[in-house]
Amino acid sequence: MNARIRLAALVSLTMLVALIVASTYWQAWAAPDLANKSDNSIQLVSEFTIDRGRIFAADGTTLAKNRIVHRSNTTYYFRRYPLGSLTAAAVGYATLTKSRTGLEHSANDYLTGADQSLAGAIKQIGDRLLGSTIHGSDVYTSLNLRAQRVAMQALGSNCGAAVAIEPTTGRVLVLASKPSYNPNDVEGHYNRIRDIKSPSCKPASPLIDRATQGLYPPGSAFKVVTTAAALDTGRFTPSSSFYDPGYCTEYGQQVKNFSDQSGPEVFGPIILSRALQHSVNSVFCNIGKTLGMRTLMNYARRFGFDSKPPIDLPSNAVAASGLYQHERLLSPSEDGLGDPGRTAFGQDKLLVTPLQMAMVTATIANNGKEMQPHLVDRVRRSNGEVVRIKPQPLAQVIKPETAMELTQMMESVVSAGTGTAAQIYGVRVAGKTGTAENGTGQPNTTWFISFAPADAPRVAVAVVLQNQTGTGGTTAAPIAREIMQAILSTALNSNS
Amino acid sequence: MSARTRELGILILVGLITVTGFASVYIARQNELSPGSLSYAGFFFALYLAAHLVARFTVPDADPYLLPMAALLTALGLTEIYRLNPTDALRQGLWVVIGVAAFAITLITLRHDYRRLESYKYLFGLSALALLFLPALPKIGHSINGARLWVRIGTLQFQPGELGKIAMIVFLAAYLHSKQEVLALGRLKDFGPLLAIWGCAMLVLVATHDLGSALLFFGIFLAILYLATSRLLYVGVGMTLFLVGAAGVYETTAHVRSRVTIWLHPWTIQPVPCPTRGGLLMQRQECESFQLVKSLYSIARGGFSGTGLGKGTFTLTNGKGLIPDLNTDFIFSALAQELGLVGVAALLLVLMLFVVRGFRIALQVDDGFSKLMAAGLTFGFALQTFIIIGGILRLIPLTGITLPFISYGGSSVVANFILLAGLMLVSQRANEAR
Repeated sequence: MNARIRLAALVSLTMLVALIVASTYWQAWAAPDLANKSDNSIQLVSEFTIDRGRIFAADGTTLAKNRIVHRSNTTYYFRRYPLGSLTAAAVGYATLTKSRTGLEHSANDYLTGADQSLAGAIKQIGDRLLGSTIHGSDVYTSLNLRAQRVAMQALGSNCGAAVAIEPTTGRVLVLASKPSYNPNDVEGHYNRIRDIKSPSCKPASPLIDRATQGLYPPGSAFKVVTTAAALDTGRFTPSSSFYDPGYCTEYGQQVKNFSDQSGPEVFGPIILSRALQHSVNSVFCNIGKTLGMRTLMNYARRFGFDSKPPIDLPSNAVAASGLYQHERLLSPSEDGLGDPGRTAFGQDKLLVTPLQMAMVTATIANNGKEMQPHLVDRVRRSNGEVVRIKPQPLAQVIKPETAMELTQMMESVVSAGTGTAAQIYGVRVAGKTGTAENGTGQPNTTWFISFAPADAPRVAVAVVLQNQTGTGGTTAAPIAREIMQAILSTALNSNS
Repeated sequence: MSARTRELGILILVGLITVTGFASVYIARQNELSPGSLSYAGFFFALYLAAHLVARFTVPDADPYLLPMAALLTALGLTEIYRLNPTDALRQGLWVVIGVAAFAITLITLRHDYRRLESYKYLFGLSALALLFLPALPKIGHSINGARLWVRIGTLQFQPGELGKIAMIVFLAAYLHSKQEVLALGRLKDFGPLLAIWGCAMLVLVATHDLGSALLFFGIFLAILYLATSRLLYVGVGMTLFLVGAAGVYETTAHVRSRVTIWLHPWTIQPVPCPTRGGLLMQRQECESFQLVKSLYSIARGGFSGTGLGKGTFTLTNGKGLIPDLNTDFIFSALAQELGLVGVAALLLVLMLFVVRGFRIALQVDDGFSKLMAAGLTFGFALQTFIIIGGILRLIPLTGITLPFISYGGSSVVANFILLAGLMLVSQRANEAR
């Protein structure tokens, strides 16, 4: 009988070995996957037992900190946002019931201390064995709080957004979206957020970060992309001459020049640089028709259109700019992308985000070299170790000469064109207005994109406003000027 | 060194581990527990010292590893139960006292010759059946989580199936030992008892809606049948019949069907009708498979080294528990989170060692009844462990049975101590004879 007993023993031991194998599978192989499941309340709750890292503005002001709560014998670290709605668009929130958004989501690995170096990881295992609390890393952002405050104030009761980027590094200095919400209300007072109303737009959608995921027709602001293509291909120069009859013929139909335009209604003979200065649609319409849809969109793509900007925010909170039809991004190979004439002056199927337009502006400011936009400047681990995030170049989008010519043309927009409201005393400012029509009788979407100082840029800005009766030059340009001023004054202070 | 002295030495080691376990729970949760909790370890050690002394007088030559392993497993279970719910731990402690008493009584009454049990085999067979069907009776029978496994008299509730399992093993060992030769011939009429027992297992399954118990009983039956007759064919036929029966039950019983669905597809992306919420559409992980999925999250969170005793997450921030039946059927997932893969592997190795020692006793002892009984008890122990942990780890459909020695629950603790006493009695006989 002993041979049979041995077989029964073998079967029994095989069953128990199978249990060890299965445990290994769940605890080693499948564990990271399971930790990311959205219904994993164990993971979610346990992450609140971690002393989550704080989030700071560039000047060291606390944007997110912890509120310690002792409940049923466990210490929980819940989030508080001392500045409330001011930086909600960038920082987001971390809650138990509504999960995480913004940097709280995208920088979660830093904040929970999961990004450790080997030495840090060993220390963390030690902490776990000793049962002491795990400390996350502090995140220092590039946000310029002063400019952020100015931007939020200047946007006021409008629905809109403003983005400011440091052109040479890609550091995001301002990320403002209005209407905003108080992240402290998400857990417990969600109804307050749901009830937010705006006099300027319906629905108010305060939780949507308009700066990174709001899609708006760019209007004439897109003309800088058209001009970049025109100059960079070598097909046109700033002094290429055109004739403006006051309209442009598209498929036999007359498309009239636009209210955004400054100067006379009909210019007659005009050169390209002057056409940009006064935002003359018919000239860009003709450039678009000459270059064709393919070249135009090719340049847009080089600036980053058609894909989500690689900013360090959750990808579901970032939208790609490009040609849209029925809320769907058209792929470049599709038919029916629209007509090049109207696309060239930013109408038709084009929809863009403020972040993308700020990137376009920053690229021109940075001699045609685009930098990856980022909010996280450096991370300070609990052991004092500091990790700096280095600026990453994305691509040389246009030739430096093209960027230089464009800069000069954009300077003339501010000095004596559609964007005079953005002038700053003693500083050379380059800019471009945009006023997109949303149909006859409908209010406009207004834009201003700019950078300063034009000879040594420290800031590039994009401002968008929904539902305006004025033009980009009268509504958005003053806001852009205030933001630039705030940044230039802090930059000077911190340099001294 | 004599076997019992060795046993005492290992028990002292287990005592130290128990003190460490309770101390770490206390350190992790000191604002909730009093330092008095450490007295648990002392009390526990005294209890096992008593068990050791009984063994020293009744079964001096028996295997020295079984009792310390049982002590380690109960201590581990008690520590975790204590960490989850100190009140339950007090009750569980009392049950361990009763279990040790049952252990002592079994050893003392059967110390001269347990083989006289063989002549009462039909009594054991009948009591096994009675115990199995008790929960199916109206009034006293009680069902928890859709499985009718409980008997409730007043405030006292227990699972008679746990004791029924032991009675059935004794019956099968005795019965098959006496019919060994006849059955090995393989005449058709001798399949009668086999079919009868298959029928009983199926009836239990239908009556209690519990696939796990049926699988456990039938598995033990087939194992002992094979050990007695050496016919693998019987095992094959038996397993086929079981599968056919199980398929029938699957078709007719919604509870069993739901268990299989949960096993195959615990997560759904699209919402599916939730049977417990009147067909409301929701993702399955939020409904039917809630318990299994949350338990898997708990296990996964343990990772390699675990959170440490007392540091695991089992409640929401408002103190509401996340996993139902955590300290009974799902104690493994609590242990897995706090002890990690290292601790779980160690636990499973202890269970394997227990199984190895059990089969070793079956190999050493020289009479057929003792061999069948020792092997049957050990196989039952291994299969029960596999069915519950395998269910939790999604190797097989999940069914609610207890983890031997570790889970919270009186009937389970008492039954396993009797099982332990049985193995030690056989071991004493094997070592005496040499």
